[in-house]
Amino acid sequence: MLEAQNICFRYRAKSPVLDSVDLAVHPGEIIGLTGPSGAGKSTLGRILAGHYQPASGRILVDGIFHPPGFNPVQYLHQSPVFAVDPRWTIGRIISEAWQPDETLRQAFGVSPAWFDRYPHEISGGELQRVALLRAFAPQTRYLIADEISAQLDPLTQAQIWSVLLKQAESRRLGVLVISHDMPLLRRVAQRIVTI
Amino acid sequence: MVELEQRHSLEPLVLPRMGNRIWTLAAALSGIVLILLIPVASALMGQAGIAPDFAARLLPPDWAHWFGTDQMGHDLLARTIKGLRTSLLVGLLASCCSVLIATVLALVATAGGRWADALVSLLVDATIGLPHLVLLILICFALGGGPVAVTVAVALTHWPRLTRILRAEVLQIRQADYVVSARHFGKSWVAITFTHILPQILPQMLVGLVLMFPHAILHEASLTFLGFGLDPTRPAIGVMLSDSMRYLTAGKWWLGLFPGLCLLLLVLSFDAVGNGVRLILNPRTSQT
Repeated sequence: MLEAQNICFRYRAKSPVLDSVDLAVHPGEIIGLTGPSGAGKSTLGRILAGHYQPASGRILVDGIFHPPGFNPVQYLHQSPVFAVDPRWTIGRIISEAWQPDETLRQAFGVSPAWFDRYPHEISGGELQRVALLRAFAPQTRYLIADEISAQLDPLTQAQIWSVLLKQAESRRLGVLVISHDMPLLRRVAQRIVTI
Repeated sequence: MVELEQRHSLEPLVLPRMGNRIWTLAAALSGIVLILLIPVASALMGQAGIAPDFAARLLPPDWAHWFGTDQMGHDLLARTIKGLRTSLLVGLLASCCSVLIATVLALVATAGGRWADALVSLLVDATIGLPHLVLLILICFALGGGPVAVTVAVALTHWPRLTRILRAEVLQIRQADYVVSARHFGKSWVAITFTHILPQILPQMLVGLVLMFPHAILHEASLTFLGFGLDPTRPAIGVMLSDSMRYLTAGKWWLGLFPGLCLLLLVLSFDAVGNGVRLILNPRTSQT
């Protein structure tokens, strides 16, 4: 279980962004997180993924603190362009996390023809699929999907969500879906939390 | 309709990217050839330009002496090439060392925590705060002059500006999402430095090297001019330029013009090579 216990976070000394927030994501559970802009959705997502240290409170991943090494809580960015090194080829980008097998690569619709291309040489939807495949390493147990489909056209959105949901279910991953898009959340999430 | 026609007539003016790329690479290639020509020509010339010939003092350029002769009767073309070879060696060695120092300090400042950052900032401020030439003279004097002393002095004084630039650059890259991702894939900072950070700052290092090179040569020249640098009897661009000052008012224009132009050409060659390498290293421009 991925647990946020009594999380407080502030960017500046005054106004805290998050104040005593509790949240739990069970394995195999898909939770939607929504709320107005600036409410701290992404901040909470990044704290859960261990990118930020909360001012107080703690994050427990299956009962322990974030372990060093490969992080079992992987964070997926809204724009994958920033999440990949612009000077690396797609093949190298994926293998930085792990070596996916053929079936999973095909399930995500990642073509081997992209492997010797650079990120700017494939489209945004293709790059988001690459980022998804990269995050689906065997050690991954939770995913934080922060507006991952907001920049994509409806068809690509549908493809990405169907493959993500199917893979998450078969691997029993816990997924936190952060989005403004209520219809999307109602469709994919089992439970919706408003911050 | 009028708009379309206007656009059409403007089209030939816009250079296609392909042409730009070929030009840059051609310039880089000719730069490499010119730079390589210096040591080759200097080796082929043997002793020419070293021995004085007092029968041929201060001759203006003609077919026997393309660049003219100086006050000792040395052939200026031979002396310029030999001088450029010395400058090339000193300048290149000193700038490479400087870039290396700047890179290491930038990495230490960004990776070593607040104290390391404060220490590096202090070093940078202290070195920039001192007048450049004073520090150069001090180091050169302490080491007893000569090519090695000049190289060390130039290498130890030219890193602060680049250190600042690289430090800012590395700080930015360390915050980049792909570096954060790499951290959460379990990569160590050492691995990230070599696979993400260094390749990313390589263009800045190259530009720094290219920009530092003329500085290094000119400071070598000024050290020699002031008498703390190279042996004035040996050919060096700095010695030749300082000699030419004395004869400039007497109308001996060729003493300074040709060595100066050759130095400029060498610096431009370096710039062209730097641009070409940058073009090839960036995946966005290397293919198209």
